[in-house]
Amino acid sequence: MALVLNDDEKMLHESAAGFFADNAPVSALRALRDTRDETGFSPKLWQDMTDMGFAGILVPEEQGGVDMGYMAAGLVAEQMGRNLTASAFLSTSVLAVAALKNHGSDAQKSEFLTKISAGDITVALAIDEGRKHNPAEISLSATASGNGFKLSGSKTMVIDGHIADHIIVAAKTDVGPSLFLLPADSEGVTRTRVIMLDSRNSAHIEFDNVEVTGAQMIGPLGGGEDVLSDVLNAGRAVLAAEMLGAASQVFELTTDYLKERKQFGRIIGEFQALQHRAAHLYCELEIARSSVYAALTALDIGANDASDCVAKAKAKLGCVARLVAVEAVQLHGGMGMTDELDIGLYLKRIRAAQELFGDSDFHMQTLMTEQG
Amino acid sequence: MTDLKEFRSQTRDWLEENCPAEMRVAMVREKDACWGGKNWVFQSEAQKTWLELMAAKGWTAPSWPKQYGGGDLSRAEAKVLGQEMERINARPPLHSFGIWMLGPALLKFGSEEQKLKYLPEICRGEIRWCQGYSEPNAGSDLAALATKAEDKGDHFLVNGQKIWTSYADQADWIFCLVRTDASGKKQEGVSFLLFDMQTPGVSTKPIKLISGNSPFCETFFVDVKVPKENLVGELNKGWTITKYLLTHEREMIGDQTKTKSLSQEIADMGITVGPVLQAKICEFEIDDWAFDQTMNRMLAEAKAGASLGAKSSMLKYYGTELNKRRYELLMDASGHDGLQWEGANSNDGELARLWLRTKGNSIEGGTSEIMLNIIAKHILQMPGA
Repeated sequence: MALVLNDDEKMLHESAAGFFADNAPVSALRALRDTRDETGFSPKLWQDMTDMGFAGILVPEEQGGVDMGYMAAGLVAEQMGRNLTASAFLSTSVLAVAALKNHGSDAQKSEFLTKISAGDITVALAIDEGRKHNPAEISLSATASGNGFKLSGSKTMVIDGHIADHIIVAAKTDVGPSLFLLPADSEGVTRTRVIMLDSRNSAHIEFDNVEVTGAQMIGPLGGGEDVLSDVLNAGRAVLAAEMLGAASQVFELTTDYLKERKQFGRIIGEFQALQHRAAHLYCELEIARSSVYAALTALDIGANDASDCVAKAKAKLGCVARLVAVEAVQLHGGMGMTDELDIGLYLKRIRAAQELFGDSDFHMQTLMTEQG
Repeated sequence: MTDLKEFRSQTRDWLEENCPAEMRVAMVREKDACWGGKNWVFQSEAQKTWLELMAAKGWTAPSWPKQYGGGDLSRAEAKVLGQEMERINARPPLHSFGIWMLGPALLKFGSEEQKLKYLPEICRGEIRWCQGYSEPNAGSDLAALATKAEDKGDHFLVNGQKIWTSYADQADWIFCLVRTDASGKKQEGVSFLLFDMQTPGVSTKPIKLISGNSPFCETFFVDVKVPKENLVGELNKGWTITKYLLTHEREMIGDQTKTKSLSQEIADMGITVGPVLQAKICEFEIDDWAFDQTMNRMLAEAKAGASLGAKSSMLKYYGTELNKRRYELLMDASGHDGLQWEGANSNDGELARLWLRTKGNSIEGGTSEIMLNIIAKHILQMPGA
């Protein structure tokens, strides 16, 4: 397995690191938060990301993308994690693209993938309905009506759902789950913005007899399980990469702090109790990094056990990123509790990312169920 | 790559033809692992033949140069050989501290004469080595070692004591750290000596462990005469060799390859576990998998030219702590059965004894705490560490 970066990936890593540090540092997230920005991310930044090729990083070249694969998408996400960059990358460029490129009709691909790689549209994925991620239990219904279907029910935790131009929604039909792609302003769709603890936005969306046609379906009728599996694998792996970036950054901020803060007339980094905690976190982060690279690579090569690898990586990052963030606050002492420092922002983003698309418990349950 | 394919098919054919059937079943008893040396009693004709055939190919030390008894294989070829041996469940032909520890030091720091003298007989399994590092008052603080070697003109005179010397009572020779200068910084007066365990003044005493076994000894030196030419590297520069060897050893301890997943192993024992333990096992397996990926990643990085350096401490720390966790979970799963100490039912308490043995994993070769110190100092660059 390619667990070390090739030359293209190294170049991408470098350019993404520079780009996000320059254009979307943590201060940009603070500004979005403090001005209660309506969009929740900067449209200008999204345009710049598009110009960098990030919006179409998974899109095939014939639809204007750069088609670099999941490892590449993960490297971009890692840098976004380091800088706490808010953007439509996960919802539009990862989740929506993963749904469309393998399962979309030719018409859907040529229209939507082309627009996504050009930065013309954003797309949100509406799956979850309850407190915890549970894609196996969908109650929003798609009832046959005329030539198409009527969607009824509600969705929650729809990332970027309040501003997305289009929505991909998972619905239950008589023959199994199906996914539909519809304009967000379709009649009967009501969106409520939810500002979350990490200063990002999700939406609660009501679907009241929303009419869709068969042509708006992604994949075959009742075949949503396969589509969802691909979409969620992509989302979970890239999210794990983002968590890796966030955890690595907050860890580095913490070791920097340990090297400058003085108490008892000494730099606190001299204390072995703190050194050992930091060294343990370092080890966990290295192990976590391998799990993320392995999951992204498994997706890129279409490994048979790709779903397992992704579940393990998301479970591992759920534990490790949480540990690192919680320890970062403690090791910063009182300063870690202040809004002035960025530590809390990392804690909050990691908390949200942990929960999204299944926490560690969810993925462990999946792995155990498979083993029987 | 086609070369590698061809190498694989040739290797496969050779192994099929030459590996005796008895050497293709799992090792059960301690003596099933062949350690070689003058005191070794082969357990079967097959064990002897297998060692001889593999040694003749240079495959007891596959990546060492041919002139020293190795197989001259590239890293990729050596990996293929390992895979092909695993495929037919072939036993390692030789377990050897000579190959794992002393060899790498001699290859890097030894004189040409020393390489030619010692390495070929190591590869042939004709000599068994032990490692004289730790002392009663120099454990984690290894550089505090006090075993003294005085310059007596044509020889060194060695006096002192070592502890935790693995299999010293069965070894032919020892590679040993001695103090040759006590005047300066403690790391700067250490030298690396080789000598015959039959030399007058050398004696050993096995240490009984909590597992009931005695793989380690106390080793005593009283006026032991060691020829000058047995010094490896420069006088008083033995610490460099030591650090190199410890790094090497830590990579190996961290990389204990398992063929079975923990849940598979437990299922094979006919055990069904409850949901709480199942969750702990699942958590372990995620870490175990991620650790394997890390070993692969580090190997790939090393292949790309990056030096592992202090990262070997991370592998040692994480790998040994994982192995301890693995055996805790196996004991949890085994319940009352795991408590059996004697009798055929439990193969004389095999699991219990292995569980106890793993407690030493995070102590030997540098404790977990020392590994964390090294990471804090060399990787995280913490002050005063």
